[in-house]
Amino acid sequence: MLKKTHYIAFTVVLALVLALLKLPDQTSARFKLAVSSLFLPLFGASTAVGRVADATGIAVQPKSYIVRQNEVLRKENADLRLLQQQANELLAENQRLRQSVGWQKQLPWKSRLGQVIARDPATWWHTIQIDLGSRDGVQLNMPVLTNQRPDGRIALVGKVTVVGESRSRVVLLGDPKLRVAALVQETRDQGVVGPGKGAALSTDFVELGYLSRNSILKPGQTVVTSGDGGLFPKGILIGTVVDSQSVDYGMSFDARVKLAADFGKLEEVWVIQP
Amino acid sequence: MTWTQPTLLLLTAFLGVWAETQFLLFRNVLGAPLHILPSLVVVTALQSSTRMTALLSVLGGLWFDSFSDNPLGVTILPLFAVGIGIRSFEALLLRDLPYAQVLLGTAAGVLVPLLTLAILLTLGLNPALGWATYWQLAVMGASGGLITPLLVHVFVRVDRALNYPAMVESSFRPDREIKRGRL
Repeated sequence: MLKKTHYIAFTVVLALVLALLKLPDQTSARFKLAVSSLFLPLFGASTAVGRVADATGIAVQPKSYIVRQNEVLRKENADLRLLQQQANELLAENQRLRQSVGWQKQLPWKSRLGQVIARDPATWWHTIQIDLGSRDGVQLNMPVLTNQRPDGRIALVGKVTVVGESRSRVVLLGDPKLRVAALVQETRDQGVVGPGKGAALSTDFVELGYLSRNSILKPGQTVVTSGDGGLFPKGILIGTVVDSQSVDYGMSFDARVKLAADFGKLEEVWVIQP
Repeated sequence: MTWTQPTLLLLTAFLGVWAETQFLLFRNVLGAPLHILPSLVVVTALQSSTRMTALLSVLGGLWFDSFSDNPLGVTILPLFAVGIGIRSFEALLLRDLPYAQVLLGTAAGVLVPLLTLAILLTLGLNPALGWATYWQLAVMGASGGLITPLLVHVFVRVDRALNYPAMVESSFRPDREIKRGRL
C-alpha cells in the first residue's frame, strides 16, 4: 500500500512534470535540445562507425567495379551538364518573360545538405532531428527535401519546426501537425495533403483531401506542392495517387497518396533556404 | 544497495533511449518500437528503492521526450505511476518468479504509452492514432513482457558479480546452546 515516502515522491514528481509542462514553447524546445545534446558523443560514435563501415566497404570493392561505376558517373555527369545548359537557357528566357509581363523575379533555391541523426521514438509523431542548425542558416518552416530515390528525383520530406544552434527538428509529411497545399500534376486538381488513416502504423501513405467533386483521379498520377501559402516552393514531388473515394456525401474527393520519399531509409536531407 | 545497480540502470536507460532513435529494424518489421523504459521501471521498482524509481522515471522521461515531439515531461508521469504502483504492492508480488515479471512487463509496456496518450489528449494535442494503435500497444506489451525477465536476470547476475553478497546472520547463539551430557 502507499506509504508516506510514496506520497512525497509522487508529489515531487507531479510538481516537476507540471512545471515542465508549463514552460513556454521556446524554452521547452531549447531545454529539449539541451537535454538531447547529452547524447552527442553517441551520435559522434555512430557517425564514426558508419564512416569506418563505408570506408571498409569501399576498400573491399573490386577495382573493375569502381572503374565501371566511374564510367557510368562520367556519362551521367556529361548528360547533366547538357541539361544544366538547357535549364540555364530556359531560366534566362523565363526571367525575361516574367520581366516583360511585370511578374516578380524568381530566386533560385539555395540548399544545405544535412544528416539525419535521430528519429522520434514515439509512434504517434513523425519527426526527425538533423545536424543543421541556426549557425548553418537554418530557420523555422524551411522546406526539407530528399533525393534518395532510385530515379534521383527530389521529393518533399517536411519542414523545420525547431531550430537549435547545431541541430534542428523536422516534422515529416504524414504527421498530424503538418499539412501541405498540393495539386495533381496531370489534372491540376488542388487539395491539402495531411496524415492518412493508417498514419499511426505506416509512414508511406498520406491523404490528399478537399479535392473537387469533379476531380478525375487515376492511380499513378503525380502529386506535387501547389505553392499556395508560400511555405513550400511550387512543383516539389510529394507522391503518386494510389486510389480515391468520394467523401462528405459526394461533395468532395479524398485520395490516398504513396509518398515519394522513403522515411524509413532517410539518411540525408536538403534544407531549402530562400 | 550499492552504486553499481543505480548506475547500470541509468546507463541502460540512456543507451536504450538512444537506440530507439537510431535503429528502426524492430519498428519497420512490427510497426512499433522496442520500448525499454517501461521494463526498466519495472526492474527498478522490483529491485531498488522508491527514490531510484523516481530518478529513473524523471531522467528516462526527459531523455525520451527530448527526442520526441511530445511536450517535455509528458512521459515522466506514466513511468513513475507504473513504478510507484509496483512499489506499493511489492509485498504482495512474487518478484522472483518469471511469470510475475512477464505479467508486470506486459502491463507496463501497455500502460505507459496508454497513459502518455491520455495526457497528450488531455493537453489538447492531436497525435496520430487509429486502429493500428491497438496493434502497436499489443506489440509494446508483448515486447515489455519478453524484455522484463531478461533485464531482471541480467541485473541480478551483474549485481552478484560486482557486489559482495549480503551477510546472513546465523540464528545460532552460544549463550542459548543446550549442553547435553554430564556437566
